[in-house]
Amino acid sequence: MLDSKIPPGKLEDKWNDYKGHVKLVNPANKRKLEVIIVGTGLAGASAAAALGELGYRVKAYCFQDSPRRAHSIAAQGGINAAKNYQNDGDSVFRLFYDTIKGGDYRARESNVHRLAEVSVNIIDQCVAQGVPFAREYGGLLNNRSFGGTQVKRTFYAAGQTGQQLLIGAYQALERQVALGNVTMYSRHEMLDIVKIDGKARGIICRNLVTGELERHFGHAVLLCSGGYGNVFYLSTNAMGSNVTAAWKAHKQGAYFGNPCFTQIHPTCIPVTGDHQSKLTLMSESLRNDGRIWVPKKKDDPRKANDIPEDERDYYLERRYPAFGNLVPRDVASRAAKERCDAGYGVGTTKQAVYLDFKYNLINKYGKTEAGKQGIENPDQETLIRLGKEVVKEEYGNLFDMYEKITGENPYEVPMRIYPAVHYTMGGLWVDYELMTSVTGLYALGECNFSDHGANRLGASALMQGLADGYFVIPYTLGNYLADEIGTKPIPTTHEAFVEAEKAVADRINKLMNIKGKQSVESLHKRLGKIMWEKCGMARNAQGLKEAIDEIRALKKEFWSDVRIPGEINEMNPELDKANRVADFIELGELMCIDALNRAESCGGHFREESQTEDGEALRHDDQFMYVSAWEYKGDSDWQLNKEELNYEVIKPTQRNYK
Amino acid sequence: MEHYTMNLTLKVWKQKNKDVRGSFETYRVKDISSEMSFLEMFDVLNEQLVHEGKEPIAFDHDCREGICGMCSMYINGRPHGPWHGTTTCQLHMRAFKDGDTIVVEPWRANSFAVIKDLIVDRGAFDRIIQAGGFISVNTGNAQDGNNIPIEKEKADQAFAAAACIGCGACVAACKNSSAMLFVSAKVSHLALLPQGAPEKRTRVLNMIAQMDKEGFGACTNTGACEAVCPKEISLENIARLNKEYLGAAATIDK
Ligand SMILES: Cc1cc2nc3c(=O)[nH]c(=O)nc-3n(C[C@H](O)[C@H](O)[C@H](O)COP(=O)(O)OP(=O)(O)OC[C@H]3O[C@@H](n4cnc5c(N)ncnc54)[C@H](O)[C@@H]3O)c2cc1C
Ligand code: SF4
Ligand code: FES
Repeated sequence: MLDSKIPPGKLEDKWNDYKGHVKLVNPANKRKLEVIIVGTGLAGASAAAALGELGYRVKAYCFQDSPRRAHSIAAQGGINAAKNYQNDGDSVFRLFYDTIKGGDYRARESNVHRLAEVSVNIIDQCVAQGVPFAREYGGLLNNRSFGGTQVKRTFYAAGQTGQQLLIGAYQALERQVALGNVTMYSRHEMLDIVKIDGKARGIICRNLVTGELERHFGHAVLLCSGGYGNVFYLSTNAMGSNVTAAWKAHKQGAYFGNPCFTQIHPTCIPVTGDHQSKLTLMSESLRNDGRIWVPKKKDDPRKANDIPEDERDYYLERRYPAFGNLVPRDVASRAAKERCDAGYGVGTTKQAVYLDFKYNLINKYGKTEAGKQGIENPDQETLIRLGKEVVKEEYGNLFDMYEKITGENPYEVPMRIYPAVHYTMGGLWVDYELMTSVTGLYALGECNFSDHGANRLGASALMQGLADGYFVIPYTLGNYLADEIGTKPIPTTHEAFVEAEKAVADRINKLMNIKGKQSVESLHKRLGKIMWEKCGMARNAQGLKEAIDEIRALKKEFWSDVRIPGEINEMNPELDKANRVADFIELGELMCIDALNRAESCGGHFREESQTEDGEALRHDDQFMYVSAWEYKGDSDWQLNKEELNYEVIKPTQRNYK
Repeated sequence: MEHYTMNLTLKVWKQKNKDVRGSFETYRVKDISSEMSFLEMFDVLNEQLVHEGKEPIAFDHDCREGICGMCSMYINGRPHGPWHGTTTCQLHMRAFKDGDTIVVEPWRANSFAVIKDLIVDRGAFDRIIQAGGFISVNTGNAQDGNNIPIEKEKADQAFAAAACIGCGACVAACKNSSAMLFVSAKVSHLALLPQGAPEKRTRVLNMIAQMDKEGFGACTNTGACEAVCPKEISLENIARLNKEYLGAAATIDK
């Protein structure tokens, strides 16, 4: 059933061999083939640009007012690549190895190796486009370190890496729009996939300005619609990020891979109250220079700066001396939760730990700068002043953001941080060619399940999005479309389009006619609470079972009591939200079912029943060395398909960052 | 940081769609925490409206981190409100006090039609980028990134210009509705880099031509744009654009 289409041959030759033998479409035929791309984040914009350049007729969609605003824009810290510019022992193999290990041995070797191979091309491509990466004084590219690795391989543009990469891809996309190869549909939301004879042949979308439903044909459909972290209501994702595109595909036959694999990011600004609409990330790159600690004394009433050095517990450095503050995210998040649950948390809510820059401000940056400027025996004040200048250049925008949100100055007092939902490793199941289990339907970027296993390493999502879009799909899509050159564009009057549009219209009518009492927002918040408490940082069988019941009840409530003001045929953000939340509720149920099924801990999925003596995640490779690919059978009804994972090159071991 | 709560009066622009005239409506919100963001205060108001069976206020927003450029409110006569270098979504209620009246309007410019309430159409910005805001390099041709060393200072300046989020506050602040700061940021970003050099001339001419075609006004150097730009894009970029433009216009007829 599940054919992952991994090419034969040695791991390091697979991708090259594949490229050498893949079917091609000649330029004249490319012009006759239409490709739909849902989403214009790094994955979608890069795919649209690359496929437009090749000569395909591309139609791209996003729900924001411009493709440049996709959520990728918010990525802060950086993008990995195995360039080894630092001469510190990096290589394609090491990036591959780190990613597999970081993912706690739940990713496919072949995909991850390909990712590591093309990582180097990404940087070159972006530089050529004019992406202003950080540089050293010699004019060459600079790197920083990220969690879960011991080399410096992360390329960055201050704390705005995602923005600069996306602007690069967006400009390449707009260039193709100008050349007539790409048609852009902004403020459009895809609400269903149209299948004809088992193949994806188009989409139904809602024009968010007029409210009208539209039918669009494509020889193939690519979903690049991002992650579903907002199922938790509070997350670091943008407000509009949602699962709808992927979920509709799922209901049309695309399997959902590892839905329960969510990443909780250790360093986010803590929740302040019920009004909170989203959580803000403080980039992982800050862990390069910040040290994480809590007071050694419970409920210590003193201000952070008044607590002397020997009364601070740098618990990551204590527990994980080899990686220290740079352990992977799942490990760092659980360690923070552990300290807070044990009563050592700080701030008014006690649900926070300190991220402190003072030490490196003085010792690392201050002293180096003083050395550079030839200042001998600098005093503390000079060191702090010099250090601040460097930190400002590296992270200025993040520090400003922190101050705007909290009203505290992180140059003076340590940041207060707490873990928050950030990324979803799970997503649509895809084979080596990025095709879902629906023929002609592809998934790229965060919306697919591939590459990151049970935990994603920092700075690897941007890499994956751009790898998928610039370097993988241009080859693999051709392999499919080569057999479609005889297919004439199907008119959207075809009954499959008519029926799909009708189903979407019926659902919208149904939603609008409930006319209940509760707002979409309040129901979404409740879903988020269930998910966070029972399917969040720590999970257990009992809680998950309860969560499933609670979500089913919530679904009933939603469909009988939601209130959506306004009308259908106009701009109606409440209706947009309702469409999304209805899908989130169904997804939430599947996530809990998946988490319940996976009775092991791995990566970000921590089952309390399965831990080592010192509280680390304990895998059960004998039972769970597989990808869960869930097949939709009907309302609240799924069948589990398993893709066994075969490790031919790497030997899975208990992850150890000590 | 001391937190407090406040009661506020809001005068907000309501407009059903681009074809009808809009007007101000007055709303009251209670117990707003100083810890909320400005948009969270709007969330509270919208929840209240939904409960009262009224239509909530439509506004653009997405990242709520000051980076996507989607949010766009004209608050008390200033795009993005009172804080310097801050987007609407990053403005926090600490900026206000109990009893305040806050007036909120959409961006006002002929080239930015109001679609609904506080939402405007900024499609013109995308079309200006299409006219030349890119480097023409196809995927897969690139040489090694480190083959092009770039003077750090230049790279930093290009980065500072590239920080523009395309929000349109500069246009909204300008009495001529000029898009000069936005255009100059892109022209500078690409002109400062060696990769952008081959298309320097055509880029600036085409982008300016498109800007004019979209109906944005002329720049009279009053600096209102720089003062409100949430990314602190500098007027120097406009000076650079003018230089590029004059140079290009002088040499273009080959
Ligand atoms: C705050 C933050 C910081 C991050 N920092 C980093 C980092 O430093 N390094 C790193 O590697 N990763 C980082 N990540 C993760 C990374 O940014 C994302 O995983 C990645 O950008 C996702 O890209 P994407 O192209 O898959 O999707 P997105 O960028 O989310 O784009 C989704 C697109 O799909 C469109 N869309 C969605 N649904 C529909 C629909 N139904 N109809 C039409 N269009 C639709 C949207 O309009 C949008 O254009 C960060 C994430 C966050 C939240
Ligand atoms: S120049 Fe500034 S104000 Fe104008 S669009 Fe860019 S970021 Fe917004
Ligand atoms: S919502 Fe993204 S910049 Fe304000």
